[in-house]
Order: sequence, then C-alpha cells, then structure tokens
Amino acid sequence: MATFSRIGLAICLMVGWVSISMAARSSDDYGIPQVAEINEQISLVWKDYGIKPAPEAQDFEWVRRVYLDIIGRVPSVAELEEFQRDRSKDRKKNLVEKLLNDSTYTEEYARNWTTIWTNVLIGRNGGLDNNSQINREGMQKYLRDSFARNKPYDQMVREIVTAEGANAPGMPGFNGAVNFYMDKLAEDGVQATAKTAQIFLGVQVQCTQCHNHPFNSWKQDKFWELNAFFRQTRARRNRGMEANNGNGMAMSLANVDFRGESGNPSQAEVYYELRNGLMEVAYPVFIDGTNIDPNGMVSQVNRREELSKFINDSREMQEAIVNRTWSHFFGHGFTKPIDDMGPHNRPSHPELMTYLGEEFRGSSFNMKELIKWITLSQAYGLSSKITKGNEVDDPTIGETPKFSHFYLRQMDAEQLYESLIVATQAHKTRADYAEQERMKSMWMQQFTIAFGTDEGDESTTFNGTIPQALMMFNGDLIREATSIKPGSFIATLAANGDDGKEAIRHLYMATVARRPTKTEMQAAGVLVASHKGNVAAALQDVFWALLNSNEFILNH
Amino acid sequence: MSRRHFMKHMAGASAMVAPAMMMGQSIRAHAADLTSRGKSCILLWMGGGPSTMDIWDLKPGQTTGGPFRPISTAGDLQITEHMPKTAKVMNNLSVVRSMSTREADHGRGRYYMHTGYVPNPNIEHPGYGSVIAHELFDQRPYLEIPPFVSVGGGSVGPGFLGMTWAPFTVSSNGQVRNLKMQGMSDQTLGKRLEMLKLVENGFISQRRGPAAEDHAKILNKTVNLMTSEQMKAFRVNEEPDAMKEMYGANGFGQGCLLARRLVEAGVPFIEVDLGGWDNHANIFNTLSDNKLPVMDQAMSALVTDLEQRGLLQDTTIVWMGEFSRTPRINGNTGRDHWARSWSTVVGGGGINGGIAVGETSADGTRVETEPYSAEDLMATVCRAMGISLETTFTSKNGRPMKIANGGKVIKELVS
Repeated sequence: MATFSRIGLAICLMVGWVSISMAARSSDDYGIPQVAEINEQISLVWKDYGIKPAPEAQDFEWVRRVYLDIIGRVPSVAELEEFQRDRSKDRKKNLVEKLLNDSTYTEEYARNWTTIWTNVLIGRNGGLDNNSQINREGMQKYLRDSFARNKPYDQMVREIVTAEGANAPGMPGFNGAVNFYMDKLAEDGVQATAKTAQIFLGVQVQCTQCHNHPFNSWKQDKFWELNAFFRQTRARRNRGMEANNGNGMAMSLANVDFRGESGNPSQAEVYYELRNGLMEVAYPVFIDGTNIDPNGMVSQVNRREELSKFINDSREMQEAIVNRTWSHFFGHGFTKPIDDMGPHNRPSHPELMTYLGEEFRGSSFNMKELIKWITLSQAYGLSSKITKGNEVDDPTIGETPKFSHFYLRQMDAEQLYESLIVATQAHKTRADYAEQERMKSMWMQQFTIAFGTDEGDESTTFNGTIPQALMMFNGDLIREATSIKPGSFIATLAANGDDGKEAIRHLYMATVARRPTKTEMQAAGVLVASHKGNVAAALQDVFWALLNSNEFILNH
Repeated sequence: MSRRHFMKHMAGASAMVAPAMMMGQSIRAHAADLTSRGKSCILLWMGGGPSTMDIWDLKPGQTTGGPFRPISTAGDLQITEHMPKTAKVMNNLSVVRSMSTREADHGRGRYYMHTGYVPNPNIEHPGYGSVIAHELFDQRPYLEIPPFVSVGGGSVGPGFLGMTWAPFTVSSNGQVRNLKMQGMSDQTLGKRLEMLKLVENGFISQRRGPAAEDHAKILNKTVNLMTSEQMKAFRVNEEPDAMKEMYGANGFGQGCLLARRLVEAGVPFIEVDLGGWDNHANIFNTLSDNKLPVMDQAMSALVTDLEQRGLLQDTTIVWMGEFSRTPRINGNTGRDHWARSWSTVVGGGGINGGIAVGETSADGTRVETEPYSAEDLMATVCRAMGISLETTFTSKNGRPMKIANGGKVIKELVS
C-alpha cells in the first residue's frame, strides 16, 4: 500500500474517485480475475494520490500498441481494418488472443520475444564479433523454438541454467541454450554468477564480488556462495567444427568434476579475497541461505541442476519475470531498475507484484497468460495524453510510476525495423529467416556502443539523438522505404489512386494508425499540386514526413 | 547548400520558416569570435580500467610491480618506459596518484567517474561533457556543432539536463553518417519538413509530454547540422598525411586529431575513447605491444599539436578510466578490478603541469596521502576551466545539485 498520507488528500479524492469508479466498469475486466485485480490495485494507488487517469486511448492507438508490444511491429492497414470490423465488446480480448494464439502470428510473436530475450541474455552484440564463444544464431534458435511452442517460463529457466551441449546449429549435441553462459565463464564464472542473479532472480550481486553491498544487506559471501554453483561448468573449443559457426568459435559447454581449491571433492570449496586481503571460503548456498551437499563430483551433485531448482522455487524468480514483463508493456517496471529488487528498492505496487507473481506461478508459468492480463488491463488501455488530473504522475523525474496515462517511449530499433518493413509491405518478399535476422542485425549495429571491456557491456541508445535523426532523414532504410521506383510500395500505391487522397489516407494508417486531419489533408493536396500532379513524388514526401514524426517513432 | 529553404522552429505552435541565414555571415561571426575563443576540455576515456601502476605510478622491484621500468620525463615525475613520447611533454601534464574510489564494476565506475555521483535509480546525473557544454555554451553563440562530441564511444548521457546536452557520437574517423540527403533538392526537403512539422506539432499539441517535445527539438538541430558549414571540422581526412601519421594510423590517433580540430572549431567538450584496458589476462604484453604505443603516440601528438597552435592554454586535458587494476598479479598474468589506490592524469589549460600529486604505498595497495575522488577531480577541472563551483543544477524533481557533487579542488594543480 502506498504510505502516502490520505488525510490531506481527502478533498481531491472525492473528485478523483467518482470518475474512477465510473471508468472502472466490471466489463473492463472481461471476466478475467487477474485483470480485475490489476485494475483494482492500480486504481487504489490513483485514489491514494488523488490522481485522475487519462481517458481511454483511441481504439486504433491501442491496437498499434498491442501490435508493437506483443509482436514487435505496427499493424498493417489491413489489420486495422480487420479490427474495425469486429463490433463485439470483446474485440480487444479477441485481438490479444489472436496475436497470442493464432498461427498466423506465431512466427512474429516468437521473433519479437526472441529479439527481446536474446538482448537480455547475451546483449545486442553477443556473438557478433569474430572471436566470440557465443553463437547468436544458436541462442536465437533456442529461444524461437521455445516461444513458438509457448514453453513454460520455469522450463526455460531450467534449460538455460543447466544447459550442456554445443553452441552452433548443425553441431552434434547442439543446444542453443548454452550460449547464455558462453563468454561468461572467465574468472571462475563471475559474469555467469552476476547475470544469472540479475536476469532470473532480479537481484544484483556483482558489487558483492569485491565488497559488501553499499545499500542492502548483501554481503560478499553471498556472491561467492552463488558463484560456487558454477564451478563444475566448462566451455571447450570444438576443433574442426568451425564451419558450423560462421563468425565465432565452435564451443561446447559441459559439467566436469570440481575438486575444490584444496583438492577434496567431497568438500569442494571456493576461496575469495576479503577487502582486508584475507582469504575466505565459500560453499554453494542459495540466496535464501539454503545449502546443498558441497560434493563437487558431477555424479554426486550437479550444482547447476540444484541451482535451477532453487531459482524456480523462489519468489524472486516469479516476481523478477513479472516485473520485467510489466516493464516491457508499460515502459516502467514496479522497481527501477527492474533487475535490482530487494528490501533496499521498494516496488511501486508491492501487493500487485506479489499477486501477479503468484498468479503467474499458478498459471504454470504461462507467458501468454501474463501478457493477456497486462494488455487487457485498464491502465494499459489509457491514452498517453497527459491531463491536469495526472500530470503529477511522471516517472521520468524519479516519481514512482502510477500508470495513470500511457508513458511515451521510443520504439526499439528492432521494432522500428520491423515496422518499416510492414509499413512498406516489404515483408511479402522477404528472404529466409536467418538472412532477415542477419540484415536486421547489421542495421542494428549502428546504434550499439561497446564500452571496451572484457565483459562486453554496451548500450544501445536508440533514444532519438541527432545521429539517429540523421539516419531517419537520410539513411538507406528510409530511402528504400520511400523509393518510387517501379514496383515499389509508393509506386504501386500511386498507380492505384486517382488524386492520391486515398493513398494518403493509407499512408497515415500504415504509419500512425489514424486518418489524416483536415489540415494535413490540405497540406498533402498542396504537395500534390506542387509536384504538378506527380502523385508518387508527393506521396514520397508525405511518407517521409510521417516516418520521421514523433507520432510514428514513439509508442504512444 | 543554402539555408534558404529551412525552417528553424519546427517545435512550438509557430509555423515559421527561418529567414535565410547566409553562411558567409556565420563564418565571419565565427572568425571574430575566434580571438576570444572560450575554453575547451578533452577527456581521454580509457574504457575497461587501465592499470595505472604500470603506466603512471610504477613500483619497480615490488612483487606487485610487474616488469616495466620507470623513465624520467620533462616534468618532475617518472612514468613507464613504454610512453617515451609522452614523457617528453609531461611538463604539461600532471598525475594524481592518490585517487581512491569505491566503484569497481564497469558500469557503475563509468557512471561515477563521469558524473561524480554513484548510480541512483531515481535520478540520472549528467556527465562531464553535458555539464561543461551546458556551462560554456553561452560563450559560443556561433557554434552550430553540438557542444559535446563523443568520438569512438558513447560516454555517459545528459541525465536530467535533457537531450539537448546529449553527446553527439561519431566514429573516430569523424564520419558523420547520413549527413547529406542524396539527390534531393533543397526545395523538396523544405516541403517535406513543412509536412513533418504539421504532424509533429499536432502530436505535441495534444499534451504528450517531454519525449514528444524533445523529438521536435532534435529534428531542428538535425536540420541545422545538415546545412552547417562548421561540419567541415569533422573531416579528419583532409589533414596532411604527416599530421595523420604524427597522431597514429589507428582509431584513437585519428580520434585525438579530430578532437584538436573540434577544439579549433570552438566545441567546448570532446571525449575520445580508447577501450580494451580490461586486462584480466596477459596484461604486460597487451600493454607494451599494443595499448601503450597507441596511447603514447596519440597523447603526445595531441599535447604537442595543441601547444604549437597556441590552443593548449585554453584546452584542459583529462585522462582516466573507470578504475584501475589490482596490485596483485593473478594466475593468468592479468590484473583484476581495483579502485582503492590509482591514478588519473590532467593537464593543459588552467592546470599546473609536470607534477605528481599524492603517493601510494610502496606496493601500490594503499593511498598514503590525502585521497582524491571523482568529485575532486571534476571540481579541479571545472576550476581550471573557469566554471564556478557554486553552480547548482536543479534536477527534474526539484532537487538542487552542486556541480561536481561538491568536490574539493586539488590545490597543487590549480594556482
């Protein structure tokens, strides 16, 4: 519950609350209890803060949103029209279910979540340089298969954490999941330790590698006790298999006996150095203090197997994934950052986070269920317009998010790429999947900045800087998208039309999912006239302007 | 390319087309300003955490010390034998040997050393480049290049100062991608921008918040950049071959040469990145065969070149990484992360060169004199550049923040 004093707010509450109760009709939850609970919990906080939520988003605006967030691109004009034809009051639910379950969308759904998770697990640059142990394609293949089959999340966690096998497709014993640990096993696996905790448990332990955590109760021993779980893990070169791994190393991950640092396998321990220079010993102990038999022989104890059980049984696991998923759909999670959870970092909606974690576990870790609950919630359906009643809700200034209007955010670079392809209908003539991914990843590299460390940390700053604006103004991709060569999208559109009005409406729908305003239509008419009736040239100008607009580039 | 067809004010409700501003005028104005050229800062950022006890603060004969020998320099201090060219210009540079910080994680260290603040989930602090660009921008009304350029890396963002102060990132060869529209007339671009402005302003007028407004501002700047004569400064390739060779035929060398050109153009802050210092294994060969020769050549060339052009007195140079490396040499002949006792380098404008400030213990594991922090270093750089340490920023949520997080000036370095 928010600890905010309610007394001082009594007056605004009266005003705010009336309209909330009007807005939150029971029909808004589609009879889904989890949706009802989200609506309830979110609006309780509005009430506490005297916030009046934004009005509901326009239908098409909401449709654009779910397409971007669930399958990673804007809707096509045909898809918008299809939605419009559904007059039932369940049309939103119908659309979400179609995107999640209809086989038409399986590939795109899997592609989108593969993109997201590839970046989470191995970063945007993982496996892109020549001496990497990571096979990016292998990672993607594993994830794509998993998401296409809607593999339960706990099974994915287990498969990734315990993975053994070869990293590249086509190698004997191929298991793409091993790529998560490739390039993370140097220095006794400190990266493997830190990333496993961060991604699957939502906790940051890397600071405790060298010293006690400055602002939570974590001590140095925590890090090394977790690290002890990775000491049986070995990555080896597969000589002679290079052909299977175009630009990286052919590698295998295996479990090998760990005899401890003093050579006694039944008590296989690790040592680490305290700040004062003394050496300290650690055995495998999970973050909740539960330990396992310290035997380091794989036949006796498979340490990563044990770790995966601990992770999957923990509350941290379910809340970390709920937090990560929520943040994907709202632009802000319940904690900031999403992967630094714990007593030192209070969530904005603690009960809701706990509840969703339990429900997610109760759904057998079904990612699609979680996505459905979130996308059908009232908060997700609100307009991004900021109103007097909710302008205080601004997470960009360090306020906890109240989700009282949809927070604007830049599309991801990948979303932009896929959206351009669909907006120009280039998807109808695309190369095979692997080739598509290669082209996309080449294009993506212009946004990635590596920091020159062995840990391969990097940032992908697709955040609207000048170089990115230049790319949208003058870059190849936009030039191709707006081409008027015979057979191009625009040329085809122009050939169908008369005075171009219909084509202009089409362009608006394809990019910003709305019809042009009267003023915009007039301006477009002036353009057509100035091009002396060359409709294609005028359409090119309009399309270029739309693609460069904030309304296109932002998820709103 | 003339500006006749470009409107400047795409943001806001006014739909005005900028009057033609002839390039000749802006160049003349620029030339007049050059005499009173303001101050600049070049940050040489060493991503990964270079081992400063093998470069600036050697411990010969100690088990922690490694194989490198110290050599004498033009200043009153010794440095590594693998930096002979830089040794000759050390009269212009000083080493702070008593840095002592607490962040030994790359991401956190990078943030802390750039901003003077430890990462905080509720607030994003601006880094050096954004702060200094923000403070010195007024001195250069003629400047059309973004006031903070980051060469070959990403630096740290503008935080709560906003996207206006974000680093303009370019590759080390100075190539600004997509700067020109291919095969498009000014007239066509003008028409397109008119159309764009309509859509852009329509969206903003519906109260969509700062993200939408920032986008419009960036578009304006982008149009200005595309039509600016000043972008010539980025054409490193037009330098004479001898000059390019003096800096070194590699990314960092050419990046430093670009930094000098940008200083000449009046850019207040340039960061040049050299990564690859995260030497957990095989450190000594990596340093002597690769990293140090590259750094030595570029750094010495930069100091010499700035001095010969009379620019060094107004250009403060900072050299640092996010932390340094353990005095203990590990089993892979590498060194790991270490922040407790290490060195940074400052020199040029406003800095007393040729000295070593502070001392570490014989084995390099402790600072024996007054320890200095990122905040202190930043305060010193601000003082050297004439920026008042009383400057306070207000974050978005109304929190006042002192420049350089209230760090103290390192007195020996500024007189």
